[in-house]
Amino acid sequence: MIDPKWIGHELSLSVLPIERTRVQFFAKAIGETNPIHLDPAAARAAGYADLVAPPTFIFAAELDSGVSERLLDDLGVPIAKLLHGEQGFTWHRPVCAGETVTVHSRIEDIYAKKNGALEFVVKQSRVLDAGGACVAEMRSVLVCRH
Amino acid sequence: MSASLSASRVNVGDELPPLLLPPVSRATLALFAGASGDHNPIHIDSDFARAAGMKDVFAQGMLGMAWLGRLLTDWAPQKDLRALNVRFQAITQLGDVIRCTGRVVEKLERDGATLARVEVQSANESGEVKIAGEALVVLH
Repeated sequence: MIDPKWIGHELSLSVLPIERTRVQFFAKAIGETNPIHLDPAAARAAGYADLVAPPTFIFAAELDSGVSERLLDDLGVPIAKLLHGEQGFTWHRPVCAGETVTVHSRIEDIYAKKNGALEFVVKQSRVLDAGGACVAEMRSVLVCRH
Repeated sequence: MSASLSASRVNVGDELPPLLLPPVSRATLALFAGASGDHNPIHIDSDFARAAGMKDVFAQGMLGMAWLGRLLTDWAPQKDLRALNVRFQAITQLGDVIRCTGRVVEKLERDGATLARVEVQSANESGEVKIAGEALVVLH
């Protein structure tokens, strides 16, 4: 059983510098060929400051920082039992290479279904730019299968 | 690059141009593990996946969601993408040929903007739905 005491827990901040080569690598990995993700000149010609991070790119912040892994350790969820149940994004503006974003997350809820065979953890995140403006929000439902 | 969508030219019932992906391969999963920062071995190490009770490695949920992101940004500029909320309904297996589709289900006004609500899904070649959800896209 995941201890419900973690409801309300605030995770450590994750800082993600958005780098050109990482954006290009991510674009390649998802088969994205739009030059705004690959060619800085094309991104600028389209009105962006630099390569545009694809919409879901920012999810990397808490994976890179190790905050996701630490959360699973804290909750006692073995990674082999973890599934992703739901994911949501709200975007206020795209972010570009050269920017750094900071992700602040909080555990909103923990509950069980099927007599505890499945446990759910709901995490809500805010993604802030260097000036502190909110560029996106994320909501994750993680599932632990027993 | 996609051009801004005009509210007068987008109608409820419109289908987005579908996105057809190549069959899911181990190489795709390995590349996405590195690029996304999701190093969970269940997606890249068959021994680990089998020990965890799975038949083999399987796709990261966020890979499928990134493909739905492509479906949307192929249709509308990324700056107009407001939201995407999905449920991961079934595991995307090696060899699955994923097709991402979307359909405009509503036009609504919110905070002075006109938005299209778009139902999206990804399904394999047998029609098994892997991911389902909806997006909000700003119209002009």
